[in-house]
Amino acid sequence: MELMDLTAKKAVEMIKNKEISATELVKAHISQIEKKEDILNSFISLDMENALTEAKKTDEMIGRGEDAGALAGIPIAVKDNICTEGLRTTCGSKMLESFVPSYDAEVVRRIRKAGAIIIGKTNMDEFAMGNSTETSAYGVCRNPRNTDLVPGGSSGGSCAAVASCESMLALGSDTGGSVRQPAAFCGVVGIKPTYGTVSRYGLVSYGSSLEQVGPVAKTVEDCALTLDVISGYDRKDSTSVKREYGFSDMTGQSIKGMKIAVPISSGAVVDNDICKNMEETVYKLKNAGAIVEEIEMTLDDYVVPAYYTIASAEASSNLSRFDGVKYGYRNNNYEDLHKMYKNTRTVGFGTEVKRRIMLGTFALSSGYYEDYYLRAMKVRALIAEEYKNVFDNYDVIMTPVSPVKPWNIGEGAKLPVETYKKDIFTIAANLTGMPAISVPTGLYEEGIPSAVQFMADCFKETNIIKVAHIIETV
Amino acid sequence: MKQYEKVIGLEVHVELNTNTKIFCGCSTKFGAKPNSQTCPVCMAMPGTLPVLNEKVVKHAVAVGLATNCRISEFSRFDRKNYFYPDNPQNYQISQLYMPICHDGYVEVETDCGMKRIGIHEIHMEEDAGKLIHDDKTGCSLIDFNRAGVPLIEIVSEPDMSSADEVIAYLEKLRLIIKYLGVSDCKLNEGSMRADVNISVREVSCNGEKMPYGTRTEMKNLNSFRAIRHAIENEASRQIEVIENGGHVIMETRRWDEENGKSYPMRSKEDSKDYRYFPDPDLMPLILSKEYINKVAENRPEFREEKIARYVNEYKIPKYDAGILTLNVAMTGIFEETVKLCGLPKKVSNWLLGETMRLIKESETDPEDINVSPEKLSTIIKMCENGSINNTVAKEVFEKVFYENTDPEEYIKTNNLLMESKKEELASIIDTVLSENGKSVDDYRNGKDRAFGFLVGQVMKATKGKANPAVINKLLMEKLKS
Repeated sequence: MELMDLTAKKAVEMIKNKEISATELVKAHISQIEKKEDILNSFISLDMENALTEAKKTDEMIGRGEDAGALAGIPIAVKDNICTEGLRTTCGSKMLESFVPSYDAEVVRRIRKAGAIIIGKTNMDEFAMGNSTETSAYGVCRNPRNTDLVPGGSSGGSCAAVASCESMLALGSDTGGSVRQPAAFCGVVGIKPTYGTVSRYGLVSYGSSLEQVGPVAKTVEDCALTLDVISGYDRKDSTSVKREYGFSDMTGQSIKGMKIAVPISSGAVVDNDICKNMEETVYKLKNAGAIVEEIEMTLDDYVVPAYYTIASAEASSNLSRFDGVKYGYRNNNYEDLHKMYKNTRTVGFGTEVKRRIMLGTFALSSGYYEDYYLRAMKVRALIAEEYKNVFDNYDVIMTPVSPVKPWNIGEGAKLPVETYKKDIFTIAANLTGMPAISVPTGLYEEGIPSAVQFMADCFKETNIIKVAHIIETV
Repeated sequence: MKQYEKVIGLEVHVELNTNTKIFCGCSTKFGAKPNSQTCPVCMAMPGTLPVLNEKVVKHAVAVGLATNCRISEFSRFDRKNYFYPDNPQNYQISQLYMPICHDGYVEVETDCGMKRIGIHEIHMEEDAGKLIHDDKTGCSLIDFNRAGVPLIEIVSEPDMSSADEVIAYLEKLRLIIKYLGVSDCKLNEGSMRADVNISVREVSCNGEKMPYGTRTEMKNLNSFRAIRHAIENEASRQIEVIENGGHVIMETRRWDEENGKSYPMRSKEDSKDYRYFPDPDLMPLILSKEYINKVAENRPEFREEKIARYVNEYKIPKYDAGILTLNVAMTGIFEETVKLCGLPKKVSNWLLGETMRLIKESETDPEDINVSPEKLSTIIKMCENGSINNTVAKEVFEKVFYENTDPEEYIKTNNLLMESKKEELASIIDTVLSENGKSVDDYRNGKDRAFGFLVGQVMKATKGKANPAVINKLLMEKLKS
């Protein structure tokens, strides 16, 4: 068996039992990177030398009989909007092409402490704004299952790296589906945890009230294991929730009697194959003893507009710190402060980022605030209420992850609004703060991965992990 | 000529004296090396998040309670978005929609009796860094030490109508805040900053209130003097504009104290749009009734209460109490000294007399005086029991005031103690007696006035440093022997 085909869980066990070494494991992944990276472009920065040093340290610790942690020796790729001390963090933008953080994000501190080995920083849509990893300033990333296709986004690099065995695990960030949708496109598992479960300290903010760092792995079990490591209260993040978490014990449990809702007439035009995949998954769930019922959701038409209004508003403010004054890119063509700001931001940001900054600035402007931002927040509250009501009667909601299959690179919708509409199924989890998982269900005829999404009430990750594990194993 | 009245409202920023900044753990100490008190959070490094300092909340609530405000059990932080390099995030975290305190008032003494000045709201926010323009290199440098220092902004209603009222209001706020001990409120150091909003309106003959005029906002007021000047100047300017048939423009003006004039800062088309919205990085601030009550219970004794107590408990005149309580440092010294030596009226005299004189002489800020109650009480006690006389006492006190000298040691080394001077005094008396034979004879012949003359001669010879009572006693003994 190839080292790269191991699950993280199994690999940790073997490293701890000295059946394999961390160094061997890291080297295997490095050679995979050397083979694939030229085509895939999953990474913006690689840190292989350091990874080997760390692997050696892990092996020495184990040699001395010390506890090397829950992810001892496991190569992990970190999305490039998560700060890593001493390792360049670009957010996929020219704006931060030279930015080297002076501190580790809380999630990075936690994975390091658990013994995971960071091998590089992954490609992404610029500032996580996009769903194809095509807006990266560092070149497009390709889907490992078919390199003509996009890997999804914005955590396309993280999902491509795991799917291609360039890394065993990855961290992504999910503001509107950015972990789940590329996971589905690349055929790996991705979780967006309940808002407040994972510290955002060190995640470069895009839509602060929507986003969470989430794990990407080849199996539900590995995803849950990683989530165990990164979750937990952090006093540096005021939106972090104080509670006890435990996810990896939830795999392998029965879903007999579990109530699963499948919303109909979502208003979205869904690809036929994706509909068929949903039907097949319902059949599997019923076979496993779950009770599956169709339900009606009334507010689906408002999900995308509410999301893009709120996310853009927050982004317009969050991204104002990138001004050429303190760090990152500064355009040298200016006579005064105003021109310095203008030229720096005009050249430093890409088109999509500027579009959302403009959109958000507008939505917050005096005279429009009430009609746009405030109204979107009210809609958000109504959507949350509607979902809450569903979860009074059901344990899980099942939907597609995306209404479309991965498209050819460069052939995405030309109209931004059409692109935004593809987020219809993933956004609700961000607006409501609820957890959701994307889990592969197999392959479509043409060999592209298929997947479904399970969503649960806040802090009920256990439900989606249980059901996703069943889907993965039947 | 028509009659006009001024309508004035104030926005007062007060820097709170917490040890650490409002959203991170950096020190707030004034005067440190540029950018030595910064961290990723207050430098707005990508990915950092604010965490509210609970002390700031406590201080804001305390000021709110002391100014009769209603305290919001639910308040929130908002982002005020604007680009300027002293503000590392390019937004300031403040409170617009739901401030922590609202609808309060303070009462101030005016020429026509007590007047109530309404407080619209008090909100918490963060200070910005400081820009330093280096003319030599043409560079602008930024010191972020002040970025994130906690502020409260106290917004008054437009209830004031003269510079006197404005000063009275500011003095009142300052005293309340100083009593609470949450800021040192120094206008010249910027720990208290007042922006004055002013408009004028015609006074109608039938006493009816006319609608408000267009207001301007005056900034850069670094002293009470500047505030007074600026108000008079701006009111005249506005009246002139109106009298000449013009319209006052709503604008922000900058006061130039040196030239006694103000200049428009931003008039322009750009009435700024700050695009305020709730900060998603901070949770709403929910205060329990218990929390608010606890802050209320821990409030200090305020000036009016102190005056009453000083009169009742220490039996000092209301006039003395009134002056002592104008300065929090003074009340501390007073109470501590009385605790050590009793004699409240004597202590009050020392503080209102000699201390005030030295404060003036040395041009010290009264808030900064640092007279040790132990030392003052030692001087008072020695003076009372006749160990030193008044002249010596004043000399010693001056040393204590300026050099924090130990009074007992100073008296000893300089041989100022009455007892130790007895022998010296005896020999002086002997000399005086031998030089004034006639007066001695006069006294012995029953002329009592001669005794007074001899005392005076001895006093003269000692340059006033001897205790008259001791002179009397010794002289009597000598004359009788």
